[in-house]
Amino acid sequence: MAKDEFEKREFKVVGTRVARPDGLDKVTGRARYGADMSAPGMLVGYCLRSPHAHARIKSIDTSEAEAMAGVKAVITRADFTNVPASDGTRDILDNVMANDKALYDGHTVAAVAATSRSAAKAALKAIKVDYEVLPHVTDVDAAMLPGAPELHQGRQQESVPEGFSQNVLARSQYGHGDVDAGFAQADVIIERSFKTAATHQGYIEPHACLATMGNDNQGDLFCCTQGHYMVRNTCADILGMESGRLRVTASEIGGGFGGKTTVFLEPVALMLSKKSGKPVKMTMSRDEVMRASGPTASTSIDIKIGTTRDGVITAATGEFRYQSGCFYAMNGALGAMCGFAPYDLENLKSVGWEVTTNRPKAAAYRAPGAPMAAFAVESVVDEVAKEIGMDPIDFRLKNAADEGTKSAYGPTYPAIGLRATLEAAKAHPHWSAPLGKNQGRGVGCGFWFNFGGDTCVSLMLNPDGTVSLSEGNPDIGGSRASMSMMAAEELGVPYENVRTIVADTASLGQNEVTDGSRVTFAVGLATIKAARHAIEIMKARAAATWGIDAEAVEWVDGAAQPAGPNAGKFPPLTVKEIAATMSNTGGPIAGHFEANAEGAGVSFGTHICDTEVDPETGAVKILRYTVFQDAGKAVHPDYVEGQLQGGAVQGIGWALNEEYIYGEDGTLQNAGYLDYRIPVASDLPMIEPVILEIPNPGHPYGVRGVGETGIVPPLATIANAVSRAAGVRMTSLPMSPPKVLAAIKAN
Amino acid sequence: MKFETPHSVDDAVAILRADPEARVLAGGTDLLVRLRAGHISPSAVVDIKRIPGMRDISQEDGGWRIGAGVSCAEMGEHAGLKAAYPGVVEGAELIGSTQVQGRCTMAGNLCNAGPAGDSVPAMVAAQATARVAGPNGTRDVAVFDIPTAPGQTSLAEGEFITSIFLPAPPAHSSDAYLRFIPRTEMDIAVVGCAVNLTLDAAGTVTSASMSLGAVGPKVKQVDASALVGTICDDAAVEALAAAATAAATPIDDKRGTIAFRKDVSGVLAKRAARIAYIRAKGASS
Ligand SMILES: Cc1cc2nc3c(=O)[nH]c(=O)nc-3n(C[C@H](O)[C@H](O)[C@H](O)COP(=O)(O)OP(=O)(O)OC[C@H]3O[C@@H](n4cnc5c(N)ncnc54)[C@H](O)[C@@H]3O)c2cc1C
Repeated sequence: MAKDEFEKREFKVVGTRVARPDGLDKVTGRARYGADMSAPGMLVGYCLRSPHAHARIKSIDTSEAEAMAGVKAVITRADFTNVPASDGTRDILDNVMANDKALYDGHTVAAVAATSRSAAKAALKAIKVDYEVLPHVTDVDAAMLPGAPELHQGRQQESVPEGFSQNVLARSQYGHGDVDAGFAQADVIIERSFKTAATHQGYIEPHACLATMGNDNQGDLFCCTQGHYMVRNTCADILGMESGRLRVTASEIGGGFGGKTTVFLEPVALMLSKKSGKPVKMTMSRDEVMRASGPTASTSIDIKIGTTRDGVITAATGEFRYQSGCFYAMNGALGAMCGFAPYDLENLKSVGWEVTTNRPKAAAYRAPGAPMAAFAVESVVDEVAKEIGMDPIDFRLKNAADEGTKSAYGPTYPAIGLRATLEAAKAHPHWSAPLGKNQGRGVGCGFWFNFGGDTCVSLMLNPDGTVSLSEGNPDIGGSRASMSMMAAEELGVPYENVRTIVADTASLGQNEVTDGSRVTFAVGLATIKAARHAIEIMKARAAATWGIDAEAVEWVDGAAQPAGPNAGKFPPLTVKEIAATMSNTGGPIAGHFEANAEGAGVSFGTHICDTEVDPETGAVKILRYTVFQDAGKAVHPDYVEGQLQGGAVQGIGWALNEEYIYGEDGTLQNAGYLDYRIPVASDLPMIEPVILEIPNPGHPYGVRGVGETGIVPPLATIANAVSRAAGVRMTSLPMSPPKVLAAIKAN
Repeated sequence: MKFETPHSVDDAVAILRADPEARVLAGGTDLLVRLRAGHISPSAVVDIKRIPGMRDISQEDGGWRIGAGVSCAEMGEHAGLKAAYPGVVEGAELIGSTQVQGRCTMAGNLCNAGPAGDSVPAMVAAQATARVAGPNGTRDVAVFDIPTAPGQTSLAEGEFITSIFLPAPPAHSSDAYLRFIPRTEMDIAVVGCAVNLTLDAAGTVTSASMSLGAVGPKVKQVDASALVGTICDDAAVEALAAAATAAATPIDDKRGTIAFRKDVSGVLAKRAARIAYIRAKGASS
């Protein structure tokens, strides 16, 4: 697809703040989330989970459980006889049902379907698992050392040099120029090491599904997911069935943030249903969500940056070591690609490492891999600026990437909005507001790629002139509203006349997961094209009615009209009029569009934060927070602001208090919201979002994704603010009070 | 599982005595959470809130008797109680959220016997007593002596608390409670500290008590004599802080390190003492 999709236009609907279509259902409790669906004869399914961080499963005896009243099926890995086609799916199967080893505290080793929760729980207790407990490792640096307990053998890629344990699965390098020569030109060089803890997305809705598998090998699945096509394809591969025989319907979703881009319960529920012959509903408890879904990677990062006295970065290097849990994940590589992406660097070497440990496999969490990298890079950028006595925004402006810059990860940038966000930040009153005692201000930049991908949309004209729109992407950020708005804009009809639904996997072609900030961009583009397709049909119908050429008809304000005086003199035909007669003018009218959408348009943001540190307790208060981000075009500004605020809030949690805490025995110590500390409302100031609109050339309306970039700058921004307020550089996340107080006292 | 709603203290005692697996239900904000999580499976739940007097706050001998069914939110709306014991009320009002406040009780907080219970240190600093009803009649027990270890109390089989009594506050006295949590609410105290002071007419401290929560297996009474004879000046509060830090015997865990909790015990002692002093002086003017 061409990159010159964008056309400047006056918007009527896009850019307004219309009522959201899912609001009433959600506030009245009518919305159906993953656990809200039931079926006649339904059983409930529960998982038996490993209490050990690392253990060989010598045997599992399910006979007693199987004989218990109310128990209809007990499954273990032995029931999954099909070997999935792809490596990735084999890892997913190993993750949802342990093979010969339990690889983390919470790893599923068996599951039960029973007529009641109490019967199922009693059956879980009756399953006898003989474990041989093995040494474990949960820290990334420890896991890389030769001699560390190893999770897998023979999975190390050729890119990994000698001298590391088998846990190091891959190494990838990015950059250009000659860093040694670059550092030789530097007046100031700062080198620091950083650590960040694993965090969880913290979506409110736990994973849940209802699975029905018949003896005819046809299945239906209702589940809470960010991508039901992905669920279908993955489950079909795991169960060894043709994907067309499994229909998946996405529930309403109570948050995902990347954590619902894979499967956990679904293949287990399908197998329990297959074995029992009954529908099976499964719902995770919060404890299970924390222990056995997909948190982020924890990291260990080294950054070195050299600069001249007048503020030109001459060279930079980064080593990004990411532990991604018990299987391969491409997180370190993403960190290595994103960390330096905001800068125009002559000499750069950025290396990413993927390391397995005895933790649940990491999943995406908004811009996977990028926030931790930005934390490390932007912290050193801040220190370098301070060292040479330059304003941190000026220093960033001096080195900012622009159109034509060769990016840290290779490609050359088209028009980008980084400089605009920095300039807006500098001009904003926040940047020059006075600070009090024990207060500090931080700034940070962040980058995310954004994505397009496989997308299908169908737009149906109803006989009364209203419009039904089907998309295939679960709505986690307001996409139903945005799609209705873009369809209404293009067709020239009121927003209220368009209703968008998320169709099941049998109703549209393949759609990528709702991830990569892709939906408003890619599904939006497909919606506009589907509307244009419908308009072409409506123009042809009008032309036939008038007896003129279709080329002689134009579409203006929701109606077909003759294009100029030569086309003839006919009163315009509105959507409503064309719909009313469509049965007689050629039959039903629908537009559709299918594509692998390209031209997503990278995204940048700059954040400013003020903090106050209590020097006696190390407690950090967030006083003020402002987000500047390029949205390309904000289709529904409320939702865009919500994304920017949400990213900042999740970043505040990650920076200050959230962390996966593992005990000596490798078990998770804080699998719940009492001791896994997400910010509460009273912890937060109003986050001020400032939307910039630098049109994306790859989208007809200039839209860029906004969902992920917002979580990239906060860790760095807050660390820079806290470091200035406390008078000591904070290099380890979270900056919880004991850590901050210890750093202050050590200073 | 049975649900019992006795209408008299004697009926409640009879039920509890007959069934050692029965549990008392006050607000239920601990009990129901543990029940649902599968940590406990009592044979009966005995709701004491229908017993006459359990929901009352009343004045007695110049002090205040608070029924075991009084919610912490009700305490927060009681002007007389707040004026007499602002520290006790602020401790009670730190528990949970608005929703939890509407249910939870001080007696429940005490009998749950968590080391970090927020209402307990200020009760202890106020020398509060609990009225305990049981098979052998009624006895009054110092609040300090109710919890014995995490999750354990000194209550015997068949016994339960019917009320908490806060003695008549002397003239020119007041109290304060502060806790440290990493967030601003909905969290469990990493350290809690209550200070209760009595001054003479000139503003000199004549008696002082302090207690700490979350830094030992149960609430601690800490010697606060460093404040006596002072006007709560910097040297006096620093001495008090040192006493708090020395007295704290916390553990290293996911909620904080030993060093951090000892430091913060001192910081809260200073801050609570200053607040209590200002309140006591205000009360005396
Ligand atoms: C979301 C949430 C947040 C919370 N935040 C806090 C907090 O910030 N600080 C804090 O300290 N606590 C907190 N808690 C814990 C709890 O709310 C308090 O401990 C509360 O005071 C318990 O009172 P209750 O009346 O609800 O007790 P219940 O749950 O009814 O009882 C607690 C225990 O005491 C026993 N019991 C109750 N009353 C009596 C009695 N009269 N005689 C003998 N035994 C009795 C019960 O059998 C049970 O074992 C929180 C709880 C929740 C759910």
